[in-house]
Amino acid sequence: MTLTFIVFLPLLGALVSLFLPKENHDIHRKWALIVSLVALAVVLGMWGPFDAGNPGIQFEQRANWIPSIGVSYHVGVDGISYPMLIITGLVSVLAILASWNIDHRQKEFFAWMLVLQTAMYGVFVALDYILFFLFWELLLVPMYFIIGIWGGPKREYAAIKFFIYTLVGSAIMLVGILATYLKAGLGTFDIVTIAQQANFDPRFQFWAFLAFFIGFAVKVPMWPFHTWLPDAHVEAPTGGSMLLAGILLKTGTYGFFRIAFPTFPEGADAFKWLMALLSVISIIYGALAAMAQRDLKKMVAYSSVSHMGFVTLGLAAAAGAVAQAKGVGDATVIGQLLANGSMALNGAMYVMISHGLISPLLFFLVGSVLYDRAHTRMMDEMGGYFSKIPVAGTILAFAAFANLGLPGLSGFVGEFFTFVGSFPAFRTLVIIAALGLAVTAGYHLWMMQRVLMGEGKKEESFPDINGRELAVSVPLMVLIVLLGVYPALALSILDPAVSQLMLKLGGM
Amino acid sequence: MAELAWLIPILPLASFVFISLAGQTVKGDGDRVGVAAVGASLILSILVFVDVLDGARVSADFAWAFFGGTQLRLGYQVDPLTATMLVVVTLISFLVHVYSLGYMHGDVRYKRYYAILSLFTASMLGLVLADNLLFLFAFWELIGLCSFLLIGHWYEKRDVGFAALKAFLTTRVGDIGMLVGIMLVFFHARSFQFDAIAEVIASGQWVGPALAAAAVLLFAGAVGKSAQFPLHVWLPDAMAGPTSVSALIHAATLVAAGVYLVARSYAVFSAAPEALATVAWVGGITALFAASIALVMEDIKKVLAYSTVSQLGFMMVGLGVGGFTAGVFHLVTHAVFKALLFLASGSVIHGVDTQNMHEMGGLRKKMPVTFWTWAIGSAALAGIYPLAGFWSKDEILLSVYEGQHTALFWILVIAATLTAFYITRATLLTFFGEPRDRRRYEHAHESPATMTVPLVILAALAVVLGFANSPYSGYWFARFVYFDHPHVPEAAGFVLFWATASWVVGVGLAVLVYGFGLISRRAVIDNLRPVWVLLKNKYYFDELYYLVFVRGTVALARIVGWFDRVVVDGVVNLAGYGTAKLSRATGEFDRDVIDGAVNGIAALFKAGGAVLRRLQTGYVQSYVLALFLTVVVGLLVFAIG
Repeated sequence: MTLTFIVFLPLLGALVSLFLPKENHDIHRKWALIVSLVALAVVLGMWGPFDAGNPGIQFEQRANWIPSIGVSYHVGVDGISYPMLIITGLVSVLAILASWNIDHRQKEFFAWMLVLQTAMYGVFVALDYILFFLFWELLLVPMYFIIGIWGGPKREYAAIKFFIYTLVGSAIMLVGILATYLKAGLGTFDIVTIAQQANFDPRFQFWAFLAFFIGFAVKVPMWPFHTWLPDAHVEAPTGGSMLLAGILLKTGTYGFFRIAFPTFPEGADAFKWLMALLSVISIIYGALAAMAQRDLKKMVAYSSVSHMGFVTLGLAAAAGAVAQAKGVGDATVIGQLLANGSMALNGAMYVMISHGLISPLLFFLVGSVLYDRAHTRMMDEMGGYFSKIPVAGTILAFAAFANLGLPGLSGFVGEFFTFVGSFPAFRTLVIIAALGLAVTAGYHLWMMQRVLMGEGKKEESFPDINGRELAVSVPLMVLIVLLGVYPALALSILDPAVSQLMLKLGGM
Repeated sequence: MAELAWLIPILPLASFVFISLAGQTVKGDGDRVGVAAVGASLILSILVFVDVLDGARVSADFAWAFFGGTQLRLGYQVDPLTATMLVVVTLISFLVHVYSLGYMHGDVRYKRYYAILSLFTASMLGLVLADNLLFLFAFWELIGLCSFLLIGHWYEKRDVGFAALKAFLTTRVGDIGMLVGIMLVFFHARSFQFDAIAEVIASGQWVGPALAAAAVLLFAGAVGKSAQFPLHVWLPDAMAGPTSVSALIHAATLVAAGVYLVARSYAVFSAAPEALATVAWVGGITALFAASIALVMEDIKKVLAYSTVSQLGFMMVGLGVGGFTAGVFHLVTHAVFKALLFLASGSVIHGVDTQNMHEMGGLRKKMPVTFWTWAIGSAALAGIYPLAGFWSKDEILLSVYEGQHTALFWILVIAATLTAFYITRATLLTFFGEPRDRRRYEHAHESPATMTVPLVILAALAVVLGFANSPYSGYWFARFVYFDHPHVPEAAGFVLFWATASWVVGVGLAVLVYGFGLISRRAVIDNLRPVWVLLKNKYYFDELYYLVFVRGTVALARIVGWFDRVVVDGVVNLAGYGTAKLSRATGEFDRDVIDGAVNGIAALFKAGGAVLRRLQTGYVQSYVLALFLTVVVGLLVFAIG
């Protein structure tokens, strides 16, 4: 029941808000904040009862829905989805706080933000294909309106582009879902049951994996399916960008963890090279494209493409490790190879969590804190912010260093584990990707030089960061440091489920 | 005491947290908190050092991360090398903290300065305590961050921001090599811990080119951090930071981290002769190359910067030819006398408000303490008997001689001669002769005690420190810090002769040119103009790198940006345009054919917002239609396939 409560509470909250007076702007944001805080509190309350040592599904709930074709309402969490619930809850609360001063149609805005939460929580807990797909599609609607109504000048173009792109991806994924259901012949849409019991031949796995791959890759987004992202991010209002970058992108990689990899291990094997290649292209290409931007928000958007490449690289490396282990007789060597894969997969999950904290912080700083003051996103028009707004400037520097992978902050840990774990499987590609780190450092430093250093415009002067803005930034910063200093904290939750997935991929 | 070593970096870390969050609440923005914390760390380090002398060794680790069944155990260790580094780092840091009370007095960002100085000290201490490559790398990057922030202390100036960026990026290039090296090490040794890596190598399970490759890649990190050729370009520019920072970070500690890395992972290097040769030759080339540039610099800090690059090269040669103790000992003595020279130059700059030596002259009378301490530091750098630099440089030359690396030996002898020449030149231009800028000369004054006392302490150390590794102490240091087994090179008259000849010639020539004017500077420059121009322009490395790497990368980024906007997105827009056309056609068609069901969904969407009202209903309809068609076609594909 806990999960059902978490998923539907925001939706219920949205419905209730329809009855709140439209003229009272303050009440909507407060209501949305309270509802989201309650949801977050319940998610955090699961920390105690959640059994970290258990790699299986917990907090499970199942009910028949359309029994005739085997659709059921099946929800649950494991070590892979629980961390995603936590960052969903946290970033949702902070995104609402970041949207505090939305200046028109407040009632609708906060209602859509609540609906969006239901969809995000839903995706991460659904264990039935139809339920998963429903939530997956439900993500589009609120985000479409949030970008389309409250976005920047090119919002319509961006909203439609976002919608079409992901809809095409979803359509292909739906094909995969239906084919999987029919081919499995188990008379159920249950994700877990099909992954455990179905016996798909490699040929089918190839095509099914491809279908899911396209659906998920658009969402991640992997090169070359990424061009919706810069537009959507740049045009979206700050709260929207935070959730888009922090959570929505992760639903794509989460799909690989939850569905594509455990259900079609042979498919993953067939696509591992392509996936690794596209990942490394995403890493390098995203970094170079980021460097080319004059628009700070667009730079951050491209950096997301680059960082999500690490996640897919780690996934590909898990398949790569399994392929290496095949045909090896020595048990110790097999163990080491699978440990590499496990490291890469944990690294990928770690990057998801870490990027889920860093990118919302960056989008908040760029889209809200700086924009509200300077009314520009162009880096050439900024300058001297270290002096003008020292606290905000320092937080931006913190976020930039976190994003470029400074040790001691969470970004480094995930990328390091992904690299070290992926190295044995894809040596050349990993070395090429490592070269991208210089570019990544380059555009972040160049940004800091242009935005924070120098003297800036003489006549300009703004107030430094305020209490609300600190309330958004500080929780993210604290977590970024904690996860950067002591990874065992998150790994104790992640690793059992991730390592079990690794064993499953290895056919054990 | 040694088991309390973990506390040594914690104290300055706490001071960093305190100063940055609450510094403004106490007198002096918390500067004294920083001084006290590092002072306490210094005392603790000395106690730990004494303990280690008595044979104490500490190592402790914990499960930092785990994957499946494998645990990643990481922690810290205290052995003679670490204990020595702890004392060096805390000592120099403490003196710089004290010195800065005077030197940075009244600075616009006094609080930020002390906060980052504490953070740097904590990170540097963490680096030398790490018992594994991962932690070492993490602190390695953190000291890079502090260096970036401190070089950029006066970031309003454009050059300063650029110098900070250049320092971080150039070292980052080396760090990428190091990162790949760490991956290779883990791949073969299945551990990041130095002891475990050494065991795997000792057991002979890991040999051949992969080992050499790992060592050379690790060395790439050291090349960046220790500003070795060809990644030396950032260090001279780093002089844009406060001089006290230059003394601590860019002379004594951070730049020595590269040398420390090679020493700490010596098990990997010593098993790969190719890697050792690489270290030695890169060091040798750097030593000579940087010393030659130092000959013609006019900025007193630039002379010291190139001198540091050159001396770090000496240390690398020492390590590269197998002289482990020699390399480490030179690191220690150099930390002392180069920090001394930098702080003394800071005192000069403080007094005359210029860094250009041609605007100085005759300052010895105005600033006697600064002059005498500088003179001792210079003599130590030149390698004059019996100062610290003499003993440590002699050790390196002996190691090279013992290893029969003839070419390297002569390279170092020439580099040592140049060293004696440029430092004598700097001394004469700054402190002797007639004042060349009257106004500045009149204004000049001796610095306050907070600045001169550290100078005197360092000068005293520069005199006595060398004896720690001399026949007079029975080569005590060599019996304390060593790799594998203690090794004391046998004294050789040949080496002693050339070591002495190098400074005699270097100092003598400089005195003839700059002291007595017996050789005309003009004439030398005119006769050697091409060489002089080449040196003045630092062999054009900045220009070359700017053209190839900076412009190249930015151009590549622009191309990718254009490609993304025009080509990738163009295809998408084109497809979108085509679909829109098609959808209008189908829209008209299905308004007549398909009934209310689809219209109902469209109406639902329509109700959502004004924006959508402007959209053609045909869009939404045809998307749903498209979705439906895709599913049908897709399923057909599966059915057939």
